[in-house]
Amino acid sequence: MLDPNRPNPLRDPQDRRLPRIAGPCVLVIFGVTGDLSRKKLMPAVYDLANRGLLPPGFALVGFARRDWVNEDFAQIVHDSVKEHARTPFREEVWRQLLEGIRFVPGDLNSDESFDELKRTILELDEARGTGGNHAFYLSIPPGLFDEVVGQLRRHGLAEQRGGQWNRVVIEKPFGHDLTSAQELNRIVSSVFPSQSVFRIDHYLGKETVQNMLALRFANQLFEPVWNRNYIDHVQITMAEDIGIGGRAGYYDGIGAARDVIQNHLLQLLALTAMEEPTSFDARQLRSEKQKVLAAARPPLDLAAHTARGRYDGGWAGGVKVRGYAEEEGVSPESTTETFAAVRVDIDNRRWAGVPFYLRTGKRLARRVTEVALSFRKAPHLPFTNSDTEALGSNALVMRIQPDEGITLRFGAKVPGTQMEIREVNMDFAYGGAFTESSPEAYERLILDVLLGDPPLFPQHEEVELSWRILDPVLDYWASTGDKPEKYAPGSWGPQSAADMLARDGFAWRRP
Amino acid sequence: MKIELKSTNSSRVASALIKARRSAGSPTTGMVMTLIVVTDGRGYQRAAEAALSASREHPCRLLLVVSSTSTKTSGLDAEIHLGEQVPGETVVLRMRGEVAEHPASVLLPLLLPDSPVVAWWPGEAPVSLKDDPIGALANRRITDADGTQHPIATLEQRAAHHGPGETDLTWTRLTPWRGLLAAAVDQYPATFSAAAVEAKRGHAGAQLMAAWLENRLGLDVQVRGTRGPGITGVRLTTAAGDISITRDDGLLAEYSVPGQPRRLVALKRRDTEELIAEELRRMDDDDIFGAAARTLVVRAERGRAAASPGRGKKKSTARKTAGKSTARQQGAPDQAPGSRRSGARGGAPRTSPRKTTASPATEGPGAGGSATVEENSSTTAPSS
Repeated sequence: MLDPNRPNPLRDPQDRRLPRIAGPCVLVIFGVTGDLSRKKLMPAVYDLANRGLLPPGFALVGFARRDWVNEDFAQIVHDSVKEHARTPFREEVWRQLLEGIRFVPGDLNSDESFDELKRTILELDEARGTGGNHAFYLSIPPGLFDEVVGQLRRHGLAEQRGGQWNRVVIEKPFGHDLTSAQELNRIVSSVFPSQSVFRIDHYLGKETVQNMLALRFANQLFEPVWNRNYIDHVQITMAEDIGIGGRAGYYDGIGAARDVIQNHLLQLLALTAMEEPTSFDARQLRSEKQKVLAAARPPLDLAAHTARGRYDGGWAGGVKVRGYAEEEGVSPESTTETFAAVRVDIDNRRWAGVPFYLRTGKRLARRVTEVALSFRKAPHLPFTNSDTEALGSNALVMRIQPDEGITLRFGAKVPGTQMEIREVNMDFAYGGAFTESSPEAYERLILDVLLGDPPLFPQHEEVELSWRILDPVLDYWASTGDKPEKYAPGSWGPQSAADMLARDGFAWRRP
Repeated sequence: MKIELKSTNSSRVASALIKARRSAGSPTTGMVMTLIVVTDGRGYQRAAEAALSASREHPCRLLLVVSSTSTKTSGLDAEIHLGEQVPGETVVLRMRGEVAEHPASVLLPLLLPDSPVVAWWPGEAPVSLKDDPIGALANRRITDADGTQHPIATLEQRAAHHGPGETDLTWTRLTPWRGLLAAAVDQYPATFSAAAVEAKRGHAGAQLMAAWLENRLGLDVQVRGTRGPGITGVRLTTAAGDISITRDDGLLAEYSVPGQPRRLVALKRRDTEELIAEELRRMDDDDIFGAAARTLVVRAERGRAAASPGRGKKKSTARKTAGKSTARQQGAPDQAPGSRRSGARGGAPRTSPRKTTASPATEGPGAGGSATVEENSSTTAPSS
């Protein structure tokens, strides 16, 4: 009587109002006491429920080494939702969630704890009708993945049976170099098939990716100039104005390049530089990204075309701040960088000879992420030199955050009798939609996991290709043994970064 | 910034807008559409608030048309609001006398170049939207049957005159319900032998929901009257039991699927600003609404056909409810549980158009239930 293959008569591809609501499932969060879980994950779960996107049978299970019962955990979730959720708190939404909140106290290496976890999950499958669908969110250091994944397998929580699913979500960083990334992949894929592994890079929201795809491939205007004939270089920037805060334990030894360039900036590079996918299904999109990442390579002269720095103490944005070396928990011998800039070249017909400059840093002047395409100068200017003195080069900037939008920079005549041409900006903002009502990256990510919708999650091939680009740079930095160059907090990075572009005849934009 | 222009015309309004934007320091704008809101003096305030808050998500030039044809003197007053917490521009256009009869002449020069034009009537709207002078300017036309005196009659009229790019907020209100139902059927892909909608008597949305279900499932869908608020339940009958979603308090629903435990799900009735924001996300035709509207017309006709020949003497095929409804038409007390008050109150005045009074209709067993509500609606709506 029940036929899972029967098309749902209430759905219709034309009916685009109907939200995609995930099926009943259990979300198990390991490391539920962490910052991320309190500030992002749990509020995102609530926001999804509030927007009517969570199924009626949904359960949230916390796992941690705490002496808590369900009610204690529910209180923690309640508080974090009230404090951090994006949408207003509504009692009836909370009641819906509360019914399915459980807590399992225990150790990651204890068999009894996982027996208890399994009992809890099976009980939920019964009581909440979650039907054997489970997502395991590993919000824990990568070093513990092996243990957890092994436990899940031993307790039969990773099996894929017909009509049910078990998925695992892991967060960046995906390893700290190529070897460790491969090892990590071996561990996870020994238990979960690749379509059940979701690698989350919370910097890169799905909305952003889709905006970039729309700009590039829905328009006739940009694609003809999107190549080496018109573009002379590309700058991809992710700047943060904050320091490492209390996260020395995580950050020290990792550094800016591993934390941001490996996943986020190289993903942005791939989306900017890739060819048009034949369709937007997961496989096609991934294969285009892989192709372009495979064609990308680190600079030949690593000394000339990479730069790194670390923030010093001083004044940033009107506040006196500590330098990286004085941050709590940073080892005195640390050579960790908080600013990294790398030139990447892409050896294919579209991009040969166009350098891509990637930079990221903490304690820079302001928080901004953007991709800027800088165009060649016009081949001939029918003006006198003095007319065009103030004319730079045209630029197309995809602003990613904050204030998502597009800026076009071009020359315009200054009003008056003199012929004087100067650069002006034309701005498009994605409107209030992107600040007020569009989902937080985490909501989209969690919803996609629950729906089993992987197109934009990188798979291990992309992760490994990214490490192949970055590894030589990291090895070179390690081989010099120097400490990174200091830069003033609240500035735009060390002098070596400016020099690196000056060698090629360019200069960093001030984003 | 607020600029008032008395006894003005479109070109002066347009140049005031440009000047205001210049002095606000942002000559380029990211406005994505022109939204025209057509109200009379009464509905103005609420519609303005909803449209303004929707314009946060969809930055737009908002033209609020307030017209009164009753005054003798002819004239146009304008009030420009800019840079007050919302990204777009707002112009209130008060039209009096003869000007009010030619609103398009005022509006056409004020539409943003190229971008879509949306017209929204929060209350009473013209019968044929696309032939209306303002409606003809717009690619998208939004109405709200629930904002009128006789929601069901209005909705049926809307459905009968449905044209491209037109939607009604009664349809938008159904989205969360429809989403949950579709998800339930994803979970339990059975075949259905019957379907029913339960709602406050005289609820236009319930009729539309029934029409949608009837259109999608190919079943006669009943509508049963309850105390409300709004829709209180939808049941899809399968061989193993009902898929049901019930909501008594307008906030939290109970969701049940055969063989699975009952569960709670938040299902709040949404505010107008959320509804209008959802509407503005789509600029193309809503084919699913179009199909549901066609079914609604068929259901209403079927109702009339069944009701007119046998008033008061229903065929035996009709269910008890149907019998009751016809009885009540003649002033008999209503006995349906939970509906006594509205039935009694509604029985007497009976002032609504014939179209709706006739719609209580039943033809065959399936439509039996809908009779009670439709009949009732025409009488209760104005009084409640």
